[in-house]
Parts: sequence; C-alpha cells; structure tokens
Amino acid sequence: MSELIDFISNNLEMIYIVILMIFVGVEVISHVPAVLHTPLMSGANAIHGVVIIGAILVMLNADPNNILALSLGFVAVLLGTLNVVGGFVVTDRMLEMFKKKK
Amino acid sequence: MEYIFSLEFIYLIASITYIIGLKKLGHPETARSGNLIAAAGMTIAILGTIFLYQGEVPTFIYTLIGVAILIGTIIGWMVAKKVAMTKMPELVSMFNGMGGASAALIGLIEFGHYTGNSLSIMTILGGVIIGSVSFSGSMIAWAKLNGTLSKPLRLPKYNLLNNLFLLALFAFSAYIVWSGSSSQLLLYVLFFGALTYGILFVLPIGGADMPVVISLLNSFTGLAAALGGFLYGNMVMLTGGILVGSAGTILTFAMCHAMNRPLSNVIFGGFGDKGYDGSGSSSGIQGDIKKTTVSDVAILMNYSQKVIIVPGYGLAVAQAQHAIHELEQLLEKRGIDVKYAIHPVAGRMPGHMNVLLAETNVEYDKLAEMEDVNPEFQNTDVVFVVGANDVVNPAAHNDPKSPIYGMPILDVENAKQIIVNKRSMKPGYAGIENELFFNQKTSMLFGDAKGVIQSLITELKGMS
Repeated sequence: MSELIDFISNNLEMIYIVILMIFVGVEVISHVPAVLHTPLMSGANAIHGVVIIGAILVMLNADPNNILALSLGFVAVLLGTLNVVGGFVVTDRMLEMFKKKK
Repeated sequence: MEYIFSLEFIYLIASITYIIGLKKLGHPETARSGNLIAAAGMTIAILGTIFLYQGEVPTFIYTLIGVAILIGTIIGWMVAKKVAMTKMPELVSMFNGMGGASAALIGLIEFGHYTGNSLSIMTILGGVIIGSVSFSGSMIAWAKLNGTLSKPLRLPKYNLLNNLFLLALFAFSAYIVWSGSSSQLLLYVLFFGALTYGILFVLPIGGADMPVVISLLNSFTGLAAALGGFLYGNMVMLTGGILVGSAGTILTFAMCHAMNRPLSNVIFGGFGDKGYDGSGSSSGIQGDIKKTTVSDVAILMNYSQKVIIVPGYGLAVAQAQHAIHELEQLLEKRGIDVKYAIHPVAGRMPGHMNVLLAETNVEYDKLAEMEDVNPEFQNTDVVFVVGANDVVNPAAHNDPKSPIYGMPILDVENAKQIIVNKRSMKPGYAGIENELFFNQKTSMLFGDAKGVIQSLITELKGMS
C-alpha cells in the first residue's frame, strides 16, 4: 500500500498528464463526420508510432556487447519507423483526395 | 535560453503538434495540414531523441539506429505510396501491428533491467501483453481484409475460452510481478501467450467488423506506447500514446454507433450467431427476381432526370470507380442530375467510398451523405446500386429478427426504379438475404461491375 502512495506522489506529474490527455483525446475526436473516420484512424495510427522513441532509447541505453538486445532493438526501431512513416504517408494520400477543387 | 534547445522542450512542442494535428484531422478542409503538423512534430521528437541524448554511446549503435530508420522509411514510404486505394484498410492494420510489435519488443529487452522494481515490471509486462495482442490481432485483421482468411473461425465456446485465456494471462503476469522473478523463460511464455490471445481474439470476428477491430487495436497500441512513456518517464510517448488510446476508443464507439451495434456485440456477438439464417423472416422473402439487360438500363437512364448511384465494396473490388465516374459525367452532359449516396459504413471502413471516389476526381459535392440523400429518393427516377447490399437492405427497417435490424440504411426503395448490379445472388457481407432484390421496382443487372458499367457507357454513347 505504501508503495502505491509513494508511486502516486513520485509520479504526480505523469498522472496529471494521463488524466488530462484522456479528456483532450475525447474532446478532439468528438463530432467528427463519418467521412473522416478512416483518415482519422490512420492519422492516430501514425501518432502512436511515437513508440519508436522508446525503441531508440533502448538502443542508446543498450550494453554494446548484448547482441540479443541490440538486434531486438534494431527490429523495434525498424518496425516503429514503418509505423510512423507508413502511417503519415498513407494518411496524406487519403487526404490528398479530399482537397481537389474547392 | 538553454532550455529552448533541450529535449524536454522539443517533446513539449511535439505533444502539442499531436493535439493540434488530431483536431485538424477532424475537419475536411484542415485535415491534410493536421496530418503534416503531427508528422513534423514526430520528426523533431525522433531527431531530438537521437542527437540530444546525454551519455556515451558507441558510434556503431548510432549507425545501427540510422540504418534501421533508413530501411523503415524507405519500405514504409514505398508501400504507402504504391498500394492501391482499395487496400488502404489492410495497410492501416498492418502499420498498426508494426507499432504494437515495436512496443512488445521494447518490453522484452527492458525486462531484465528492472528486476525487483515491481511497478516497472508491471508496466513492462503490460506493454508486452498489449503490444503483442495488438500485433497478432492486427495481422489477423489484415489477413481477413485481404481475403486470405475469409470466414470467421470459431472454436466451440470461444467466448468463454478467450476470456479464460485472458484471465490466465493476467494471473501469469501477476505471478511474475509478485515472485520478482527475472526469468526470461517466463517472459517469453507470456509473450507467446499474448500473441496467441491476439489471434484468438480477432479470429471469431466477422470481416465486416474489421474496421471496428482495427480501431480498437489502434487504441491498444496507443496504450502500449503510453506504458513505454511511463517506464522511461518520457513525456512525448506518454502524451502521444494516451491521446491515441483515448481518441481511438471514442472513434471505435463512433464506428459502432454508425452501424447501430454495441461494441460488446461486435466482439462477443459473432454476427448472425443467434441462429438467424436469413430465411426465418415471415415477409415471404422468396419471390421472383427480375433480370434486366445493359441496353434496357441504358435507355432507362437516358430518359431519366435524376439518377442516384449507391456504391458499395463490390465497386471497389471490381476497380470500377473510374468507370462509374465516366458514366456519371456522360449522364451529366445529357442534363441528367447524378449523385452518389454514400452510406457511412459503405466499403470496408467508414469513409472508404469517399476516398475511392475522390481518387477518380468525383466532385466533393456530388457525394451525398445518408441523412441528406434519404429524403431525395422519392424524387429519383433511377437508383443504381453497384456492389452494395447490406446498406440498402430494408430488413433493417422491417425485420426485428434480422441481425442488422435498426441499422440506418439508404432508403432506395422509395425511388421509382431500382437497378441492382451484383455478380450473383450471393448474400452480402452480413450473410443475410435482401428483400430489396425481390421488390417490384427492382431489376437485377448481373455481372462484374466494371464490365457492366463500361458496356452501359458504350450503349449510352451510341444513343445520343
């Protein structure tokens, strides 16, 4: 129990962020026309590619002699990049089509 | 001054770009710039993480990171640019799976570094489970949309089985946390267990519900990324992940709402599972259908004043979007009013049809949304249904026993004439009969959508 209280007081800032972000996420998405659901999902998909930052940190922190960690990290960075780049490019391609004429 | 160039400041900026980006993605006019803003934020966050890292790192690790990013960028870019518009939903699912896998791998590597710290281990295991489920689930969703796996596969008592499996996963991870074990073996057992659960979770769900599933898995991956942020105290991962997690959840509910089905029904319901076989309706669905020919339809259209086209996934499969646009322009030139009626869930994803038609340069204001176009059907001479089925099935209004009862549909039956183009009499994605086809006003025009529309165009051109 005391561990939990410690945890909360040590991470108060992050807990604030989590709670506020949940509301921001809900607020930002509400009342979006159905037409935009697919591009929106695709855009959100690209944003969670932010996981790549974690993958990069894993690589930067890794022990240079730990081949397993380095190779798994390599794959993680590669997959994260696919998520980010592919996600944003595909979203852009979808949206490109909405913009034509007016 | 120094603060301006610090990593924290860059992360702050990046977090703001995600919020603004998502907000702008919600409006047709600003959507594209919103996407670009978020992409820019992501770029600075990645570059900042690499170049502002405090600590000694051997050069070859930098090289490895650089190579991984380079390969990922090239493949991601090429795939995203090359893929056909009809394949978009699959691709989103695929990229989502990549993100999930990345989150799971991070957990696998970090596990050994936090032995003894039960809260961190909990965070790591959470990331491994959610990331793995998101990965394997997305791959199954991808295979389903792709047609590789077309039928829902259900083990006996699959709901119970799946829930027990999930409970076992939780119990097992609780054991790892509680025992303070540093065993890599246990970790990998959990990892493969979670992968298996992802497969079991998505397999029983029907292909028509895949968009909802992808949206749900999308928010899972967001959550996995946020857990990573928690582990490292990394703000940009935390904000980005939670934002997607919460926005993705709302989006999932919005999609379910558009189909008028609760989420629990999508996941646990197993569409049409309640013993409904489509023939149980009392309205005498068995009747005669009326077939028609291309030249008859051409004449009919040529002498109408108002034609509404109802496109469905069949149009996309047949790659007939260019042909239908040509037909529309030809009719317009003869002074006939032509519109497209787009059902919110037409195609394989909400908005899928709009994207497909926009690709062929159909004007934006020719695409009418369901609420706007429904009152117009009664003044319409010809409704041309191309490859759509469930979204025009009157059973949604008339038959309380039907699995799609209550779903808002396009009221095409109010039009004076209905032409339905299908390849055969096979039922649509929901696997139920459509009494519209037996309606007095309906004529069936069998054949591949692209071929049929092209011969319609030829007929019409010869008529002038």
